Amino acid sequence: MTALLPRRGLAQILALIVILAVDRVVSPQFFDLRLQDGRLFGSLIDVLNRGTPVALLSLGMVLVIATRGIDLSVGAVMAICGAIAASLADSHGLPVVLAAALGAGLVCGLWNGFLVAVLGMQPIVATLILMVAGRGIAQLITEGRIVTFSSPDLVWLGNGSVLGLPVPVVIALGMLILTGAVVRGSALGLLIEATGGNARASELAGVGTRAMILAVYVWCGVCAALAGVIAAADIMGADANNAGLWLELDAILAVVIGGTSLFGGRFSLVLAVLGALIIQTMNTGILLSGYPPEFNLLVKAVVVLAVLLLQSPKFSGLAGIAARLRRTKA
Amino acid sequence: MKGLPPVLITAIVLVAGFAICAMQFPNIASTRVVGNLLTDNAFLGIVATGMTFVIISGGIDLSVGSVIGFTTVFVALAIERWGVPPLVAFMAILALSAAFGAAMGAVIHVFDLPPFIVTLAGMFLARGASFLLSTESVPITAPVYSTVSDFALRMPGGGRLTAIAIIMLVIVIGGALLLHLTRFGANVYALGGSRTTASLMGVAVGKMTIKIYMLSSLLAGIAGIVFSFYTSAGYSLSAVGVELDSIAAVVIGGTLLTGGQGSVIGTFLGVLIQGMIQTYINFDGTLSSWWTKIATGVLLFAFIALQQGLVALARRPVAKSAGAAS
Repeated sequence: MTALLPRRGLAQILALIVILAVDRVVSPQFFDLRLQDGRLFGSLIDVLNRGTPVALLSLGMVLVIATRGIDLSVGAVMAICGAIAASLADSHGLPVVLAAALGAGLVCGLWNGFLVAVLGMQPIVATLILMVAGRGIAQLITEGRIVTFSSPDLVWLGNGSVLGLPVPVVIALGMLILTGAVVRGSALGLLIEATGGNARASELAGVGTRAMILAVYVWCGVCAALAGVIAAADIMGADANNAGLWLELDAILAVVIGGTSLFGGRFSLVLAVLGALIIQTMNTGILLSGYPPEFNLLVKAVVVLAVLLLQSPKFSGLAGIAARLRRTKA
Repeated sequence: MKGLPPVLITAIVLVAGFAICAMQFPNIASTRVVGNLLTDNAFLGIVATGMTFVIISGGIDLSVGSVIGFTTVFVALAIERWGVPPLVAFMAILALSAAFGAAMGAVIHVFDLPPFIVTLAGMFLARGASFLLSTESVPITAPVYSTVSDFALRMPGGGRLTAIAIIMLVIVIGGALLLHLTRFGANVYALGGSRTTASLMGVAVGKMTIKIYMLSSLLAGIAGIVFSFYTSAGYSLSAVGVELDSIAAVVIGGTLLTGGQGSVIGTFLGVLIQGMIQTYINFDGTLSSWWTKIATGVLLFAFIALQQGLVALARRPVAKSAGAAS
């Protein structure tokens, strides 16, 4: 795990502690946990549980951003995969449902990756296409209705518990460990960072940059699919209009809070997930404090700006990176 | 003659699409339908004009939808609750949105941050601020509103060219003149072509960046006022996702998303194409509205792929530089 958590995580951990402390002041029961029917309940568990979709999205997004890309379509992919899972849930077994939903996510990721890696489109533009069309496709699948289901297997995925922890949290944790093991346990993470650092130099050095880019978008699609299935399982239905709406922005925000540079070249999985938790802790805190949830957006805006401004002098201070920035702009 | 071929292709798509629609539903080819199309897409046309400037300069502005939403709420509250005369309210909101855009441009330039993430923060900020003002829809009953809504020029064939459609057309023409005939417009192209080169040529990059985002937000403010005329209400959730529609219109209009090429007229045609798809779906009746999104996505893909091909052709002798794609 030490490989996953570099020294620069201190600021994020401090931020999380401060926000948790503020939440504790706002709501004295914030840290209370109680065991009921073999499952833990409490605000902290709630934060983890509700933070799961964004945490899953940020796991995929952080790898995409590490290659100097961005994936705007994750919210739409969530809607598509949630819709597929919901429409199959009552007629097929869980393995089929999961395979179909994750397969769809994989195809979406493959499409994005194809546009970026093979056709050489700008990532923002390439993924914008699926962001616009994806919600339409999701509505095509649900035929414009909100599809509900009662399959206990799928519902368990959203509301069940394992060892006292909600299933979504366990899944997210599993995905974090799996992703971490794959990218940091091998040279893959390094190659991804090399691709983002300087695609041309990496290519010349023998890194299969196209394969790397394709792979991160596919992984991002799969993570989004999983988030979509969990979101659908949570509400026992799929709403093509609202599932995952604006979550792509939250995922990008989580990655940025996690200290991953939008210019690629370095990333931290754990800190991205921590970023997602910070966002969710703020959301929950605002809800508990009795302020209208509308404050969420304002607070988020202020946090993004603060994080960006904190990061920016670091950029301009390092001459090498600054030169690279200028070349990006050019 | 920058960006002429893509604009021609857009025009051909529009004419061909319109011909197909007219063949299937002869009633589409009437001034009534065209007049309504212009009215329904007036705010989109205005905001897309501003977006064209931003994208040609190599940036992007994700905050415009939220600025429209904020404007409608602010105008509605100012007129109905605070008793401000409509004209004063309009001036105030236009000043406010211009300042907002200038601030975003300043942050982008001074801190050298990606426009994408700064305007994303702006989007949260403006939407959050409109939620704070009011979360419910506020109807506007001021007499100005009914006067403007009732005003329309009669076109031959019974069509009505409404006041907001006229405002949109004036802004599109003004935007085209500003972009293609002035020093400011030339600088916008220079900035999108290459920021470094532009700065070496003596373009005040910082001032230009601020002005461009100011223009985009100002036009979003005007679009918000037009939107409030259109709906006679202010609602904090209005115009959600308009930033995507306007980016799509700009791209379909043949503007290069990497900057440096494009035109306001193309954007206008792009808006019309989107409106045409919507109208076709309305006429058909059996197709659901989500086909609009899919059709827009397909068009978006087709045009971007086309651009990619054109750019690849144009830059072939220069070899494939890594910077070209990013």
